[in-house]
Amino acid sequence: MKGQWEVVIGLEIHTQLATVSKIFSGAATAYGAAPNTQACLVDLGYPGTLPVLNREVVRMAAMFGLAVNATIAPRSVFARKNYFYPDLPKGYQISQYELPIVAGGELFIAGDDGAQKRIGITRAHLEEDAGKSIHEGFDRQSGIDLNRAGTPLLEIVSEPDLRSAREAVAYMRKIHSIVRYLGISDGNMQEGSFRCDANVSVRPRGQEKLGTRAELKNLNSFRFVERAINFEIERQIDVLEDGGEVVQETRLYDADRDETRSMRSKEEANDYRYFPDPDLLPVEIDAAWVEELRSALPELPDAKRERFVAQYELKPDDAEILTASRALADYYEAAVSAGSGAPQAVGNWVIGDLTGALNRDGLDIAESKVAAEQLAGLVDRIADNTISGKIAKEVFDAMWAGEGSADEIIAARGLKQITDTSAIEAIVDKVIAANPGQVAEYQAGKDKLIGFFVGQVMKETQGKANPGVVNQMLKAKLAG
Amino acid sequence: MSLDNEQVQHIALLARLRLADDELGETVEKLSRIVDFVDQLAAAPTDDVVPMAHPLNAVQRLRPDAVTEPDDRDHLQQNAAAVSDGLYLVPKVIE
Repeated sequence: MKGQWEVVIGLEIHTQLATVSKIFSGAATAYGAAPNTQACLVDLGYPGTLPVLNREVVRMAAMFGLAVNATIAPRSVFARKNYFYPDLPKGYQISQYELPIVAGGELFIAGDDGAQKRIGITRAHLEEDAGKSIHEGFDRQSGIDLNRAGTPLLEIVSEPDLRSAREAVAYMRKIHSIVRYLGISDGNMQEGSFRCDANVSVRPRGQEKLGTRAELKNLNSFRFVERAINFEIERQIDVLEDGGEVVQETRLYDADRDETRSMRSKEEANDYRYFPDPDLLPVEIDAAWVEELRSALPELPDAKRERFVAQYELKPDDAEILTASRALADYYEAAVSAGSGAPQAVGNWVIGDLTGALNRDGLDIAESKVAAEQLAGLVDRIADNTISGKIAKEVFDAMWAGEGSADEIIAARGLKQITDTSAIEAIVDKVIAANPGQVAEYQAGKDKLIGFFVGQVMKETQGKANPGVVNQMLKAKLAG
Repeated sequence: MSLDNEQVQHIALLARLRLADDELGETVEKLSRIVDFVDQLAAAPTDDVVPMAHPLNAVQRLRPDAVTEPDDRDHLQQNAAAVSDGLYLVPKVIE
């Protein structure tokens, strides 16, 4: 029985910070450069080089800390995490251990019971990324690209407060949204700028002691996080119910097979022998800088969502979607202010047809082919009954195809709704005359046939009649 | 002796050093002497002393976020044992 088990999940999220240069060197961080063209002496671990900390990295980490109501350490320390791997030329990763830059934060998600749920953030610390190893295409050799070595990462560690894969994804989405609002990371998961490890364990409901956990690696999409955690929960429950014990280990998620697999190799690997890096002095952030950063914080997703509900009277679920990214929220607000005030209708179009078109064409909101002002113009023409909602979809597609504003398209294609009731009446009469059989059936009590008649009239008018008017007129005439 | 054979073998493995059997005893003794020497520091009363990371109490200097290191790959890779298409080649890493 699944119900007798409680799931406990904590996430470690690695966010690549959006700097132009590396955390400890002046090499570039641009994605997709030719191998090793962005790896300087410091990144390559040459003897005699020294790390010099990037100020922007410190600022970004502190901004994150403030956004999640955490403490910004007035003094934090870098430490060496020692292990051998070819994509780590120095033999150690510079990270933070005992004194991270951010400690003790929180955020709120919609919990499984629907109520707001607080998720604790244990810490967030700065570290450098490693390079990339390429194993395919070489005979008994691996190729090493160190462009990524030294890229700044903020590792955000949650408390084990998450109780399902769904909650884990909601938390991850919230962090994703916050780092993008702050402009401290592009959050691009395909490029590895935002990735996650999950610590998953189960315990009998009511037991205080945590079960043995497995650490899942390689989770680089929201969907994979959900699937990998769900697979792992089932696996651990099966093991326990068969009388076995969960082994503490690292498991790799294989998306192709939708399963997690043990990474047997490294029994000793967790002995990292951290010690303070003698090449780097403690980082001090004074209160004045913290206050300067606090005053520069943008409106964050939760606050924006609440404002959208209050100001635009949006449904809370819609406000949540519209504020998931700052760019989408800005687009929405631009469209509302450009139009003559139908915030929910604008919201419906942004969430529906616009998002659909963006997804279909694989575009970001910033690349939308329909500008906010264009969308506002379209919503206004529906509101003033110039066009019906159905015709509006045709106009939207034409705008997407670059045919101009809603007004231009309506004029060019002759889509203006027929408001002349005598014109509609003539067509209604024609449809009634042409379908005597259906008329008889309707009059005998088959009310549903009204839809057939409306459809016929709309067809005759190429959708340009107002469906409400047509409906009313048909009912009156057929009754008589 | 503050360290035992097993601890030193473990450290050697982590450091990727191979210790021959006849080297072990001497290594354990020498490393133990270093640890014992440093352990004397623990005897000093430091309860009221604020930890110091630098003799002049300096703190970390920060540099502006700017690209100052141009691509120097061809030059740097002259030091490499083997390269291919811009990649450094190493013996196959088996996971």
